[in-house]
Amino acid sequence: MLATQILVDGFAISALYGLGAIGFTLMFGVSGVLNLSHGGTLLVAAVTAWALSEQLGTYGAAGAGVAAGVAVAFITYFLIVRPIGRSRAIPAAETEIFILTGTLLWGIMLQEAVAYFFTTSPHTVRPLVDGVVLLAGVRTPWNEVVTAGLCWAAIGLLYLLINRTRTGKALLAASMNPRGLTLLGFELSRVYLLVWAIYGVLAGVAGVLLGSFLGVSSDNAGALTASAFSIVVLGGLGSVPGSLIAAYAVGYIETLTAYLVDPSLRTIPALLLLVLVVYVRPAGLLGRR
Amino acid sequence: MAFARGAAFAYAFVNTGHKPRYQGNAAMKHLLLATVAAAALATPAYAADPIKVGIIAENATISGIPIPNAARIAIEEINAAGGIDGRMLEMVAYDDHNSAADAVRAFQRLASEDKVAFVIGSYTSEVALALEPWSGRLKLPYMTPGAASDELGKRIHADYGKLKYSFHGYLASAFLAQSVCDAAKDLLVDKLHMKTAAIFSEDAAWTTPLDAGFEACLPKIGLQVVDHIRFNPDTTDFTPIFNRIEAKKPDVLITGIAHAGVQPTVQWATQQVPFPMFGISSQATSSTFWKDTNGKTEGVLLQLAATDTVATTAKTIPFAQKYTARYGITPAYTGYTTYDEVYIFADAIRRAGGTDPDKLVEALEATDYQGTVGRMRFFGKDDPFTHALRYGPDNISGLFVQWQDGKQVPVWPTTVPGVQPLRFPGFVKTTATN
Repeated sequence: MLATQILVDGFAISALYGLGAIGFTLMFGVSGVLNLSHGGTLLVAAVTAWALSEQLGTYGAAGAGVAAGVAVAFITYFLIVRPIGRSRAIPAAETEIFILTGTLLWGIMLQEAVAYFFTTSPHTVRPLVDGVVLLAGVRTPWNEVVTAGLCWAAIGLLYLLINRTRTGKALLAASMNPRGLTLLGFELSRVYLLVWAIYGVLAGVAGVLLGSFLGVSSDNAGALTASAFSIVVLGGLGSVPGSLIAAYAVGYIETLTAYLVDPSLRTIPALLLLVLVVYVRPAGLLGRR
Repeated sequence: MAFARGAAFAYAFVNTGHKPRYQGNAAMKHLLLATVAAAALATPAYAADPIKVGIIAENATISGIPIPNAARIAIEEINAAGGIDGRMLEMVAYDDHNSAADAVRAFQRLASEDKVAFVIGSYTSEVALALEPWSGRLKLPYMTPGAASDELGKRIHADYGKLKYSFHGYLASAFLAQSVCDAAKDLLVDKLHMKTAAIFSEDAAWTTPLDAGFEACLPKIGLQVVDHIRFNPDTTDFTPIFNRIEAKKPDVLITGIAHAGVQPTVQWATQQVPFPMFGISSQATSSTFWKDTNGKTEGVLLQLAATDTVATTAKTIPFAQKYTARYGITPAYTGYTTYDEVYIFADAIRRAGGTDPDKLVEALEATDYQGTVGRMRFFGKDDPFTHALRYGPDNISGLFVQWQDGKQVPVWPTTVPGVQPLRFPGFVKTTATN
């Protein structure tokens, strides 16, 4: 009974972690950007979906939340990442660290803005489906089942996009050899725009689903970034399959800890594992570098 | 609606005299301000000089924002009625971001630069406990409108000479626990024949004595405690906790939550945890909680001192209506006490004939004031809960409401007008219906 409970709960939370992390890792793989405003983006998507639920209904608001995720992604790109990347005042060797700092500060601004207008109290997005279902004897909210399903649907679509379409293959190529891609006549800036759009959709969906599954507060923004960051490091920076495996490893370790040890120690064993990986295998599980 | 609320918060910020926290050139600014203050001191005080009121609160939370909001309403009313012997009240407010360090700095600044006559601030026990010694050192009367830890009064009792400038303007946790047990006896044991309970509290200073109170009084009223959970207030996923509790098969979940609120409540409903939530749930005291939880708070039972639907006293509903008209949401529990406490201070200043701290403390100790929450009197020097508000039928008796269809409906005590029978969502199994 307890085992099935852990299996079911761990599966849903891991799917959500995976969805949250693959946009983050894809972004790094393709454009070399570590977006530390990731948690802020998830947060804005969730709070938008919560705030507009009365006006737009459950599904309309969820769509608005995803749109907000995309909007924040583009603002991050045009306001923070691109100007820093193009600035002549910043030495090329330091561009990455400036982008890191820039997105970190931007993430804090997003977090504080949400706290200012909507308080630091957690908000929960309306569940997409109400009610519960018995899964092998475990009373599971339908919303949790739908969350896991939608996460995997989004991950599947991303897989198809990358492997089966020309645009997707350009993304993959950009992550391997950006210079080679430009020599073939691809405009790199358009590839970046595309990856930010994909990132926005993934982060938006993850934010809305997280908001309806567990709820989010502005205080969570930093922890959400940290969680995506550690999953991505564990899986290997830039590797999408690695991130998915890492998401499931972290999700299940956390769930096991919460059920078998103590819910308040939930995040600790996964963090210890991360430290271990950084020592023993710095490239991560499936990392290339 | 949400945007309107956002706007209300923005409005509140602009109008609290909310000042940025210390910045780079703070030292220079202090020197300047100190000089100005010294110059101001050199001139004799006139009867018409304003009396400054210090407010410290965390503005970004459901329980924090009512403190400046309600204080502003009380101050405007007092000023409109001619002030205190012709002297107007003037509010100086700081946001402490729920940090004890920020609150202490704000308190020092209120004493040294703003020269306030008294301070009302913070609903968090950890913060209020940090302010208490400063109130003693700076001889600046201080009252918390919402912190609950028993320690607040016990420390004053133990070191009265130094700490007598602090007042605990809310019910101590021990009385909150008593109030929950009193209601549980009537509603759960006598009416629904419940026999077992699980205590579900966030890990914080105020819940230590609360849980001790629950552990002591629940068995006495006939509810055996089958599980006791103290969870981290930062918990986001309550599934494992509910799961563990459910395995112990309690009839009811006795809650002690203030910093947590939305997430446990929503997850209780979406996971259809089959027993009622009953106890202290501070965030659920404001109407905004219904929207924050998408109505998942339906059926939740909570203790409070006053609400907009019950005329606890003649002052309760008019204040709640005025507040709601102005800010768009009903006051959380701290709104009622803050409003009352501005009046209590004003009344004490009148009786003390001025703002001399020692005379003011004496006058405050003699307080017997009919507020929005009931009759407000403080325990004396020799009581173990020195300067805490008295609990009981002749004082603040407490009230239980249940969220039903978006409204807080009174359910206990039965003497309250408009009392309704309990009503639970379908997934909650109560012993009576089994």
